Amino acid sequence: MTTVAEKQVNNGVNVDALLGARDALGQAPEAAKFTWRATNKWVNGTHSQTKVKEFFGLGEGQSHRQEFTFEADHPEIFASEDHGATPVELVLTGLASCLTAGVAAVAQFRKIQLRSVKATLEGSMDIQGILGIDEDVRNGFDGIKVKYEIDADATKEEIEALVAQSQKRSAVFDIVTNPTNVSVVVN
Amino acid sequence: MRTTAVIIGAGHAGLAMSRCLTERSIDHVVLERGEVANSWKAERWDSLRLLTPNWQSRLPGFTYEGDDPDGYRTMPETIAFIERYAEVISAPVYPNTRVTSVRRTDGGYTVSTDQGQWQARAVVLATGACNIANVPAVAEAVPSTVNTLTPMQYRNPDQLDSGGVLVVGASATGVQIADEIQRSGRPVTLAVGEHIRMPRIYRGRDIQWWMDTAGVLDQRYDEIDDLQRARSVPSLQLAGYADQRPIDLNALSGIGVKLVGRLAGMRDGKALFSGSLKNQVALSDLKMNRLLNAIDEWATGAGLDDEVGPPHRFEPTEVASSPSLALDLTRGEIRTIVWATGYRPDYSWLDVPVLDRKGRIRHDGGIVESPGLYLMGMQFLRRRKSTLIDGAGDDARDLSAHLASHLDEQSARLPLPRRVPSGGALAGRLREAFVYAG
Repeated sequence: MTTVAEKQVNNGVNVDALLGARDALGQAPEAAKFTWRATNKWVNGTHSQTKVKEFFGLGEGQSHRQEFTFEADHPEIFASEDHGATPVELVLTGLASCLTAGVAAVAQFRKIQLRSVKATLEGSMDIQGILGIDEDVRNGFDGIKVKYEIDADATKEEIEALVAQSQKRSAVFDIVTNPTNVSVVVN
Repeated sequence: MRTTAVIIGAGHAGLAMSRCLTERSIDHVVLERGEVANSWKAERWDSLRLLTPNWQSRLPGFTYEGDDPDGYRTMPETIAFIERYAEVISAPVYPNTRVTSVRRTDGGYTVSTDQGQWQARAVVLATGACNIANVPAVAEAVPSTVNTLTPMQYRNPDQLDSGGVLVVGASATGVQIADEIQRSGRPVTLAVGEHIRMPRIYRGRDIQWWMDTAGVLDQRYDEIDDLQRARSVPSLQLAGYADQRPIDLNALSGIGVKLVGRLAGMRDGKALFSGSLKNQVALSDLKMNRLLNAIDEWATGAGLDDEVGPPHRFEPTEVASSPSLALDLTRGEIRTIVWATGYRPDYSWLDVPVLDRKGRIRHDGGIVESPGLYLMGMQFLRRRKSTLIDGAGDDARDLSAHLASHLDEQSARLPLPRRVPSGGALAGRLREAFVYAG
């Protein structure tokens, strides 16, 4: 008889808590309804500041441990003062963070020890769209490329499967790849 | 009218259960809204063949005896097979008897039909998993100039206008219909979401042979980590073509089908597709390769490497570097949309409170929460093969045993005057016959 020692894997993800939440929320689907919030203030020129703190979930108001602030602006070649990342770079930031968090969580669940995870993102865009030069060119990215370099205790196929599963369960990947109704009102 | 058990549905599942109840001398009827094998007769397209080889349709007391065990039955052959089974087992089928309501009553159920009412102590729901074709909510936004139909309405390409066709969904139904329509000269765009790529033949053997021989199909529902997931995975991309050619996305691209992502929305007459196609095909290729690895490992362990062909792998699925994200439905290029977006059962007639919030029956391996109520033929009901014709037998044997013990327990609780005073196994059967003969 052989015994297999339980593999110790620690990617800093509490999988038991996640699975517990999945079970609990499956029983109480109302508690799974979350609302995420951000407030944005114009500073000057193309510079604005966004803050996040409060959100709603598990049936009640929730709060981050502290308020987080994000500066956004445009680079000097756009005749701006470059006080922060461009909004489209923040979209790439959101996509990268979401996918990488997913990679870590899936790896923990699949008992794969990660040593390093690095993603490089490229969003390509023809700015004739935003400048209104050519109506046939869209404003947004015409494509996004994400390249992962992952060092982990796993085969190449297992690592590919991690990244694929992470995309499958990613909120931002879904937001970016699928249409979403957006309603903007002025009070 | 009174009987001990009512089976609703005279397809392969209901008939397998009938045969098992007969073996246990449990008095029963099989109520059928149409004729034996009704959905095979009325709700399938013309060219469909079974996705499992002939040898694999083993029903209790009945197997394939023809000379083409590796072939795939056409619809007329499937219908004849099931009709013959009903005859061989002398199933007490009441055709053209549509059930309008099943209600719980004291000690059992009242089953109302358009031909009168039945009282029974047990009811088996064998009405199948595919009564209604799913149509996504975005269908409402399709321009009225485009015809839409479900696979249940689809018979063959001749019923479609000439011109382009958008097939939504790339599981077994969607890929087969896309293949046939493209070959009829109507250019097909196929919207591909989550799907399971599966070779028809691997190492010279039918994939069903591998899954059967390795015991994969016998895997039980209580051995599975994520049962909810196992019960909702899409159907395998398989077809029962006589030439056994594959029906994966590469094969479809090869004949000119255009692949796009999952249909994600409809805006201003434009169908919008998800940008996730690359990941969908990557997931599917990885999953298929994991299965093939497992098959190879198992084959070596089972000493089969010399009996079958050598291991090999299939080409990765090719997709365009930038698949289309939108398709204007107002331009006349697309004349028809086929919704191959799955099926669901119809329980509108079931007045027993056993449905969960998503309208599925709550059950433990086919034993429904309401005592004396049983379910058959649903995905991974008791085993991976539960929806196959070949899976009905084992499920019917298990569930009929449970049904019999339920009747025994219930009889033990019946008031004395209704009981036949005697002991022993034979008495149990007799009791059945007497108590409910009237």
